[in-house]
Amino acid sequence: MIDVHGVRFSYADRPILNGIDLGVRKGEIVAVMGGSGGGKTTLLGLIAGRLKPDSGSVIVDGFEVPKLGKKELYRLRRRVGMLFQFGALFTDLTVFDNVAFPYREQTDLPEPMIRTLVLMKLEAVGLRGASDLMPAELSGGMARRVALARAVALDPAIMLYDEPFTGLDPISVGIIGRLIKRLNQALGMTSIIVTHDLNETLRLADRVIVLADGKVHRDMVPDHIRETDDAFIRQFADGLPDGPVPFHYSGKDYLTELLGP
Amino acid sequence: MNRSKFDVAVGLFVAIGLLAMVFMALKVGNLASFDNGAGYALEAHFDNIGGLKIRAPVKSAGVVVGRVEAVGLDAETYEAVVRFRIYPNYRFSKDTIASILTSGLLGEQYVGLESGGDPVYLGNGDRLGKTQSAMILEKLISQFLFSKAAETPAKVP
Amino acid sequence: MRTTIYAFFEAIGHFFTSRLDQLGLAARFTGSLLLVLWVAIRRTGLIIRELYFSGVRSLLIIAVSGLFVGMVLAVQGYEVLQRYGSAESLGVIVALSLVRELGPVVTALLFAGRASSAVTAEIGLMRATEQLAAMDMMAVDPLSRVIAPRFLAAVVSMPLLAAIFTTAGIFGAWIIGVQLIGIDDGAFWSQMQASVDVRVDVLGGLLKSVVFGTAVGLISVFEGYFAAPTAEGIASATTRTVVTSSLAVLLLDLVLTIMMFRGLS
Repeated sequence: MIDVHGVRFSYADRPILNGIDLGVRKGEIVAVMGGSGGGKTTLLGLIAGRLKPDSGSVIVDGFEVPKLGKKELYRLRRRVGMLFQFGALFTDLTVFDNVAFPYREQTDLPEPMIRTLVLMKLEAVGLRGASDLMPAELSGGMARRVALARAVALDPAIMLYDEPFTGLDPISVGIIGRLIKRLNQALGMTSIIVTHDLNETLRLADRVIVLADGKVHRDMVPDHIRETDDAFIRQFADGLPDGPVPFHYSGKDYLTELLGP
Repeated sequence: MNRSKFDVAVGLFVAIGLLAMVFMALKVGNLASFDNGAGYALEAHFDNIGGLKIRAPVKSAGVVVGRVEAVGLDAETYEAVVRFRIYPNYRFSKDTIASILTSGLLGEQYVGLESGGDPVYLGNGDRLGKTQSAMILEKLISQFLFSKAAETPAKVP
Repeated sequence: MRTTIYAFFEAIGHFFTSRLDQLGLAARFTGSLLLVLWVAIRRTGLIIRELYFSGVRSLLIIAVSGLFVGMVLAVQGYEVLQRYGSAESLGVIVALSLVRELGPVVTALLFAGRASSAVTAEIGLMRATEQLAAMDMMAVDPLSRVIAPRFLAAVVSMPLLAAIFTTAGIFGAWIIGVQLIGIDDGAFWSQMQASVDVRVDVLGGLLKSVVFGTAVGLISVFEGYFAAPTAEGIASATTRTVVTSSLAVLLLDLVLTIMMFRGLS
């Protein structure tokens, strides 16, 4: 479904991705992990067509994404849903109107039908009762659930999740995790989750791709991740302060700077 | 989506704004000057039109009866040719005199028409026979100086 | 010494190239915006909503300011005119000042401060909270759904507000001049009507405000769209909107005034 070959991307002369090769099969849930600023969100941006790679190809459902014109990109995006890190709900619309947005903008469905669909989607995420609230009145977890309902409104074939668990309490993390799994199965979707949360990911994902130094470091199933000796992954999994990802920000020698001029 | 609340308020806003514009056009400005090309054209030749401009008023007895439409120079006689449009409800006799006058002391210049006694009226495109050119300040001064000099020849030894 | 001089010239060069850079960016943005205008114009519901927030909400400050400006004009104008015995021409002075200059210009400046700054902040915030990106991902073009209606609202609101300002001003001058000072009511209006030309003055003034509306609308929307997604970024973008809009209005006013009214003198 999604194929990324030899993609390079740099921002302001800083190379972020140095030749990424990965593939996602239809129906899979793939987690993308790695250190902060390691290019995970950039990867999502490239797949969604919001960024253009410096070199390499990004193929989604047979379409060469960087080469698409605006109209074609929009047509492709109708089948791709994205959940942003903090939900990105429209603050001037109610919960109901937020979820109704894709229907009102992309379809010609009559209002009564839209109402039914919206209520169904909200029910699926457990927030039907909140449909008259404004986004500002929601907690973080609730906001993200509404955003999820909105993202899957048009039953997309592909779902991209940008750090869906970050900053949430454990209950909400569990809720969202279950929703992601259920939606993926119910709608036959292909999902890519960018995350830091190892535990929840290992429960959800079919495969885990670990990025380091702008390249694919490891691509393995959750069980292998738990058992691997790989130093980088071990540091990640065990939360060790120092390892392949250094504790100290690079700078002058400690003694030299202390005793300095 | 509170459509109805916005609609009413915006409708009111637009209505007030348009009303203000209408007020400006009617009560503040001179809508009568917004002529739509109605009327008939007349032509007059002058030796000098001074500062007469296009769209300057044409007045008779102080009442605006038309506007200057075009100003040009006759290539053969080197006279100024002024074409102006008179509003349809005014008529002037064939022996009407056109003069170039000044509004107040330093005001803008306009064309003054004085109707004569001829029973025949001017028609569209007719040319006025008698005209009086503008008074040019420099010429007045030099005239004045010459006449002063002519008055006192005895001073010259 | 040489490095300082070099750095100095480098700074100047950078100043101009970065401005040119910005100008290019602005030009491209304007181009994209113009292209979507055809589509955006049909979304009357969105435009009406923005007209409410930009126009209706500015109504009070514009009307009150107009009233006060008119009153001040009357006071100052009378003070000068009555020295030359021309107090009856008060209507002329007030009307021409308002219709030709103060109406369009002051309205635009007030609008830039009140409505445009709010638009910049709003758009900047939407960008910072990824709302524009989310919209883009849902295959809805934020340019046509968010940006264009706000721009159009500015263009439409401006002449309406300018007319209201001018009318309020003349009314204010009338209160001061005719009611309080005692100038002849008939002379006030008749002299005004004799001197204010609908085509040149009234229409010219309205044309000015449409131009101002376009400029201010563009600037406010541009600054918001490209604001840095931080609190500081939005704040400085908002300030830039007000400053740049004000300067643009005054500059355009100079150009338009020369173009329109030079032929009268």
